[in-house]
Amino acid sequence: MAALLEVKRLEKRFGGLKAISELSFSVPERMIFSIIGPNGAGKTTLFNLLTNIYRPSSGSILFKGKDITSLPPFKIARLGISRTFQNLQVFLNMNVIENVMVGCHLRSKSGLIASALRLPSVIKEERDVKQMALESLKFCGLSDYANRPAGGLPYGILKKLEVARAIAAKPKLLLMDEPAAGLNDTETAELCQLIKRICDSGITVLLVEHNMSLIMEISQRVLVLNYGRLLAEGPPEEIQKNPEVIAAYLGQG
Amino acid sequence: MKRLSGFVLFGAICLILPIVFPDNYYVTVVGLTIFINIILAVSLNLLMGFAGQISLGHAAFFGLGAYSSAILTIRYGINPWLAMLAGSVFVCILSYILSRPILKLKGHYLAMATLGLGIIVHIFFVQADELTGGPDGISGLPPLSILGIVIDSDIKWYLVLCTYMLLSVLFSLNIADSRAGRALSAVHGSEIAAQMMGIDTAKVKSHIFVFSALMASIAGSLFAHQQDFVSPESFSFFFSIELVTMVVLGGLGSTFGAVIGAFILSILPEVLIVFEDFEVLIFGAILMIIMIFLPEGLFVALKNKVLALLSARAKRESA
Amino acid sequence: MDQLLQFIISGLTVGSIYALVALGFSIIYNASDVVNFAQGEFVMIGAMSTIFMLKAGLSYPLAAFLAIAVTACVGLALDKFAIEPAKNATVVSTIIITIGASIFLRGAALLIWGKEIYGLPPFTSNDPIKIGSATILPQNLWVMLGTAVTVFAVKYFFDHTRMGKAILACSYNKKAAYLVGINVKRMLLVSYGLSAALGAAAGLLVTPITFMSYNAGVMLGLKGFCAAILGGMGNSMGAVLGGILLGIVETVGAGFISSGYKDAIAFLVIMLVLFVKPSGILGKGETERV
Repeated sequence: MAALLEVKRLEKRFGGLKAISELSFSVPERMIFSIIGPNGAGKTTLFNLLTNIYRPSSGSILFKGKDITSLPPFKIARLGISRTFQNLQVFLNMNVIENVMVGCHLRSKSGLIASALRLPSVIKEERDVKQMALESLKFCGLSDYANRPAGGLPYGILKKLEVARAIAAKPKLLLMDEPAAGLNDTETAELCQLIKRICDSGITVLLVEHNMSLIMEISQRVLVLNYGRLLAEGPPEEIQKNPEVIAAYLGQG
Repeated sequence: MKRLSGFVLFGAICLILPIVFPDNYYVTVVGLTIFINIILAVSLNLLMGFAGQISLGHAAFFGLGAYSSAILTIRYGINPWLAMLAGSVFVCILSYILSRPILKLKGHYLAMATLGLGIIVHIFFVQADELTGGPDGISGLPPLSILGIVIDSDIKWYLVLCTYMLLSVLFSLNIADSRAGRALSAVHGSEIAAQMMGIDTAKVKSHIFVFSALMASIAGSLFAHQQDFVSPESFSFFFSIELVTMVVLGGLGSTFGAVIGAFILSILPEVLIVFEDFEVLIFGAILMIIMIFLPEGLFVALKNKVLALLSARAKRESA
Repeated sequence: MDQLLQFIISGLTVGSIYALVALGFSIIYNASDVVNFAQGEFVMIGAMSTIFMLKAGLSYPLAAFLAIAVTACVGLALDKFAIEPAKNATVVSTIIITIGASIFLRGAALLIWGKEIYGLPPFTSNDPIKIGSATILPQNLWVMLGTAVTVFAVKYFFDHTRMGKAILACSYNKKAAYLVGINVKRMLLVSYGLSAALGAAAGLLVTPITFMSYNAGVMLGLKGFCAAILGGMGNSMGAVLGGILLGIVETVGAGFISSGYKDAIAFLVIMLVLFVKPSGILGKGETERV
């Protein structure tokens, strides 16, 4: 399978500290690829590097063969990468459906002047975008919350909202940063199913997680980071049995 | 259209008032001030309320539009509409150039930079007296005419400013419910998430900064012709602060909030004048009391209360 | 060159005043994330109270002390009656409350003291002293000395007293401070009182040089705000540094370039600094955790 995302010898230094060193891996299409590692291993740093919230110190990142290493985040999004955040970045100042409609930003094009004048093309586009947003909400089981203001909703719902918003853009690659953090068992099981449905719909998922049972259940491939370096990579069953990985980290079940 | 029913009602009231009260000072004279303030507050609300970018220098663009019209028509004899166009283009270019560095700043630092902008422009109006007439200002603008009709009476100005005011309110309402409006709110909510949704946040902020500056500039040009006089006093830092107060008083982020805030802050001094020496004191007290008890803004608080009452009644009826 | 020395002396004088006002902004901002637009009014009230107590026959030191106390009470009242009731409001709304408060205080000053301009006598005899080819008035020295003493006292308060550290704790994390038993409400009250006292001290120091009227506090407050931003909002030493820098830039600009444009020059410099260092000179950049 062609590699969707390729990371080559990626490095990130913060002053004297090497947060990520000599990291190389590739993510094939249509797969759930997970990254695990102890706290501080550099997982969120990696995500921030992939979406250019941090600039790499050296190395390169290729998406669909194109070098995206120094592209600003909004251009990376335009190429088909979307993401959810470890610290929720929901738009609390809007309601649920508006949040997801922002996710459809790249699937629409009315500008400021056209919107001010409310041209017929804008009216049609509003209807279409609303429809797209409703579909995304339905996919994530949030249809009942559409018109509720985001501020004040429970944490579990907000986490789902971030996912609905991220997939509304119909990305090719979805980065999920600890989506199960803070969820109870029922919510985690729902999340499992949701991620599988997302992958089945054609979106490649790159996942950072601590929850081992979730990882083992849904991943096709697992990469272990330790102190910013690649410790091991392979199918979940192999990783589970890898003595180095066990020594560094596993045993949390 | 259900979406605009409030707007239609509002527009109808504004247009009927001068017919019902043709010689009323409050309608024809104070009304003009109210309309200008509404336009300025609504345009500031696009920047502050929607996009979340605080500006303490909005009066500067109002002033630049006014002075452009005054200087070009009086000193260079240019046609008033051309002068307005030239002033608008100038303000668009200037605001665009300034927007890029200024909007990289956030919070209080952004406030400071816009404050600086406002004060520098004001000082220029005062000091460059060869061009601007200095502290005494300039007067004697040629009259404005539309399709051959000269705008020379209060009632004609009422119609002109009312039209522009209604247009700006309409534009703001349209933007609120659109892709552009959501992009602005997204930038306000979380710039990082907005970028990950493909929004070029720097461009979005810059564009709305220019758009709101343009609206203010056109209002300034009209103001200059209507007053037949421009002086630095009308465009000071105090006025910028007043505009911010109008927007927050009514409810930051709400178009009608800006309208109500502008209305109240324009009317209050007229009403309080009866209290003579106590005017300033009472004005400050009223401002404090409204913000303490209704911190989300007057209009927003009212709207929420009405919505809550309606949904409570709906629950009772369905039970 | 001689002119430069003269300008620097004037700049240090007016900069000291800005530093005190900026410090007041910084303390309240640290305690509550609010920019207190009424800060300038504290300066005015302190000065005006001193003037009228002197007129009423009190001795200079007593009048000054009482004026600072009165102003501190005004600060406490502002917190108790305007800020505390609105504790769930957004920062922007609270700022508007302080704007309302500043208008209210100005209105009160107008009623009590009228529109006239008043002065205060200098602290000691005002024979000019020559330093090289520049002259310095004793009052200028009093201003600088008074500011230095006040700043050190404030620094000592925050670094070495229990209450000062408690206030700092509130500024880092209110919830955590509350959980370890700090009375956050009371610390906020103290902050407002302290800022008001600082403003009053500034008013006291500056009026012998530049006079005072009911609305003179506005510009001083504004400049103090700018100084606090320049130095890095929330950093006390930054506020002081910002104040001094602002004073010097303003005076040198007025002297060498143009006195009409002096404020414009000062603001331009501040804006340029911010473009290079978006959080002010000593300010820490805010990093967002995503």
